[in-house]
Amino acid sequence: MENLNGYLIISAILFSIGTIGVLTRKNAIVIFMCVEMMLNAVNLTFVALSRHLGNLDGQVFVFFVMTVAAAEAAVGLALMIAFYNNKESIDVDDINLMKW
Amino acid sequence: MDMITIPAVNFTPILPEIFLSVLAMVLLLINVFIPGDRKAYLGYLSFVGIVAAGVLVAAGWGGHIESFSGSVVLDNFATFFKMIFLVSAGLAVLISDQYMEREGCNHGELYPLILFTVVGMMLMASGTDLMTIFLGLEVMSVALYVLAGFNRKNPKSNEAGLKYFLLGCFSTGFLLYGMALTYGATGTTRIAKIAAVVGQMSLPSANIMLVAGMLLMLTGFAFKIAAAPFHMWTPDVYEGAPTPMTAFMSAGPKAAGFAAALRIFLVALPTLQVEWSQVLWVLAVLTMTVGNITALRQDNIKRMLAYSSIAHAGYALVGFTAGNGTGTAGILFYMLSYAFMNIGAFAIIILVGKKGESNGNVQDFAGFGVKHPVLAVAMSIFLFSLAGMPPTAGFIGKFYLFSGAIQQGYIWLAIIGVLNSAASVYYYLRVMVFMYMKDPTEEFDWMQVTAPMALCVAISVIGSLIPGIIPSLILQFAQQAIKLI
Amino acid sequence: MLGAYLPILLLVIVAIGFGLVSLVMSSLIGPKKFSVLKMSPYESGCEPVGTGQERFSIKFYLIAMLFILFDIEAVFLYPWAILYKKLGMFGLIEMGIFIVILFVGYIYVWKKGALEWE
Repeated sequence: MENLNGYLIISAILFSIGTIGVLTRKNAIVIFMCVEMMLNAVNLTFVALSRHLGNLDGQVFVFFVMTVAAAEAAVGLALMIAFYNNKESIDVDDINLMKW
Repeated sequence: MDMITIPAVNFTPILPEIFLSVLAMVLLLINVFIPGDRKAYLGYLSFVGIVAAGVLVAAGWGGHIESFSGSVVLDNFATFFKMIFLVSAGLAVLISDQYMEREGCNHGELYPLILFTVVGMMLMASGTDLMTIFLGLEVMSVALYVLAGFNRKNPKSNEAGLKYFLLGCFSTGFLLYGMALTYGATGTTRIAKIAAVVGQMSLPSANIMLVAGMLLMLTGFAFKIAAAPFHMWTPDVYEGAPTPMTAFMSAGPKAAGFAAALRIFLVALPTLQVEWSQVLWVLAVLTMTVGNITALRQDNIKRMLAYSSIAHAGYALVGFTAGNGTGTAGILFYMLSYAFMNIGAFAIIILVGKKGESNGNVQDFAGFGVKHPVLAVAMSIFLFSLAGMPPTAGFIGKFYLFSGAIQQGYIWLAIIGVLNSAASVYYYLRVMVFMYMKDPTEEFDWMQVTAPMALCVAISVIGSLIPGIIPSLILQFAQQAIKLI
Repeated sequence: MLGAYLPILLLVIVAIGFGLVSLVMSSLIGPKKFSVLKMSPYESGCEPVGTGQERFSIKFYLIAMLFILFDIEAVFLYPWAILYKKLGMFGLIEMGIFIVILFVGYIYVWKKGALEWE
């Protein structure tokens, strides 16, 4: 595949955008969406590499990653709702009960 | 109509996982069909199940069975780590009923979740394919996010669960990207085949994709074992989570992270050892130092033990940096003894604590030695073991880790390790000073030493002392475990 | 080869153009007379009552989460359905185990009352 580099660069850019999003955003749900973006960037990497290598291992991995991402989404949102019920906010600046 | 030929599948390597998953599902259904508030019977059932799984696991010792086309293996390494996970889960189950009743959470789902976590950890230990390791890691982590945030009414527990979740998912992204790049550089996800491909490369350290993949995977695993500078989640999560879950989290998942990391870095990437051992050197020094220095200032004993568990991961990283037989056997030995001593210490903390997580400071142990001498002796044994004094298991573990480092020529690393160990004696012995040399401020009459708690303390005392007095008992298993990898 | 996609490009341009032109022309040419009645939020002809912020009710989240999980189960069932005959008995038993595991979860959710709407 002649433009493997293009795919890898795009997924690296997506991964970086996701990382920057996790590090700078305040809303917990937006942080989680950025994590999902990171996982999908990895999916893109896997599929592009799988196509380049002629192997199907990468695409099978993508199956598992997607399932895991869905399960994490369910659990994570449940945790956020439990937090919201107690504190009426999902701003990560309000997660401040425990410091040094 | 041509049928797809299905390769023969041998279910023996995953028999304990199947058993525990079925047991967990049965417990889940029992919990939901039998109403009522007292859920202690679920705890007893799960403990019996864990012991039965332990028998199943021990029966697999000495074999080497690969299954699922080489993605799962049953060898001594996996068996040893599976026993560590079962020990930590069993002890955690024993101490959780009293705590959960006291805090008022309905905890029927706790036991299935613990069992699912153990299943995930077992998959991590016996996985020889990056996919299997990832799946095991995620099963364990998702269950742990829920366990950390289990006490829904307590805002600290909510906070712990949310923090663990956000940072855990973030690190999973890095680990996955590392796995993707390694797959791209080698063309396969099977660990044995990765080793073969990397071994045939002319200059593996020049292959940027491979090195980047290795570093990213190291980052992901460093988060899971709470190595500095990726340790920021540990104190908050350990402090906020319910205490029995903190005990479980400090022992089992840390060992699971080491198991997966050992398999990937020692089996798949040994040709790159020069590169990753340099990184691990820095990580080990940072981790030990940060863990010990910040633990010195803590008053809340849960937080202090959390920071100390960071330091202990640092000691194990010293053995990882060495990468030779002694160091790696030391890691296995250390993880097992750490499970015993840490969960034992947390059991005593649960006994001393009161409802609402109050009474959790070091000062609240004042006079404990006078009021409950037997438990105070047990706590002293745990503290000595954590500090690394002979004749406890902690001392032997540290001895093997540091001597492994010295054998590989990392003299400075071993010196820093010993200095850190000496520094840690301060905050461990501070608790003992309060127990024995201060006058009691309260009567300690709310403590109920029920049979499960006593059993846990007894098992932990035995587990902290016997490997220290007769180290060869466990060490021979550890050395046999790493021989095949 | 790319020429085959030309009609789609035209369709996209026309669709975007249609929307843009309507918005721009109406903001440029339309009269701008504000009144309280015209600016209040639309509520199907009735008088708007109360503020727009409602207390979040958890049942929406529960339904969404259950949907995701069982949707992923369906995603795994589709490839099996395509290769059903070729996978034979092995595939049947394996997918049966998969469905049973999720069925246990379904029974748990049902008995816990998460499927009750009110």
